[in-house]
Amino acid sequence: MISKGATWNSNSCRIKFARRFVSALLHMRNRNTRPGSLTIEGVRTHTQRIKIAAYLSMAQAVGSRRAWSRAVLSKHGSRARRHSRMGRSSVGLKKTRVIRSYPPGELGQAKKLRQLVPGGKTMDMCSLLEETAHYIKCLATQVKVMQTLADNFSK
Amino acid sequence: MSSRRSTQSGTSRITDDQIIELVSKLRQLVPEIRNRRSDKVPASKVLQETCNYIRSLHREVDDLSERLSQLLATIDADSAEASIIRSLIAQ
Repeated sequence: MISKGATWNSNSCRIKFARRFVSALLHMRNRNTRPGSLTIEGVRTHTQRIKIAAYLSMAQAVGSRRAWSRAVLSKHGSRARRHSRMGRSSVGLKKTRVIRSYPPGELGQAKKLRQLVPGGKTMDMCSLLEETAHYIKCLATQVKVMQTLADNFSK
Repeated sequence: MSSRRSTQSGTSRITDDQIIELVSKLRQLVPEIRNRRSDKVPASKVLQETCNYIRSLHREVDDLSERLSQLLATIDADSAEASIIRSLIAQ
């Protein structure tokens, strides 16, 4: 799975995410050692919180470099540390109205993609594709780490 | 390869070449498409498969969250930490 060019990037991404996610899980565990947390309702909220923790941890691990991670961070938490690295990520979230030019052939699928990728609604097509590529990589990493954790917990 | 124009201003021209380059990047990432002959997959198909792939990843995250919450509820602190260390070592 590891392609040579992306080794550094995916490894550091994975390690950062794993660290944050695991500490969030342990923190949640220590907070939730009440007997009521084993009800159906309790488990459901617990699941929701774990899911949010996973996305938030990944967005935090990526930082503010990417538009999608910024969107996740602003949606979910104000306790994110903002790294002020504006070097390469010249795509800021524009608060003013953006004139988007939809290339004709890709309108239908682009709409769905915009709904799936965080922050995708205000991006131009080019950035949307870039952000999608990065988002997919991080999501796949996230799934792998969660999978490994789940496998090891059930041993 | 066309030279990449930076997308700093919102009014920069987005060339077709840029889009093609990004679409081919997406092709590499989505496993469905990677296994087929890449020159026969049109852009709309790539986008569609990308959407499906993202949705399936979201679903997996949901399932894994549920599994993790059930497992965490029934495990005690020491074995939790032991499994975490085990999983981080064996990558």
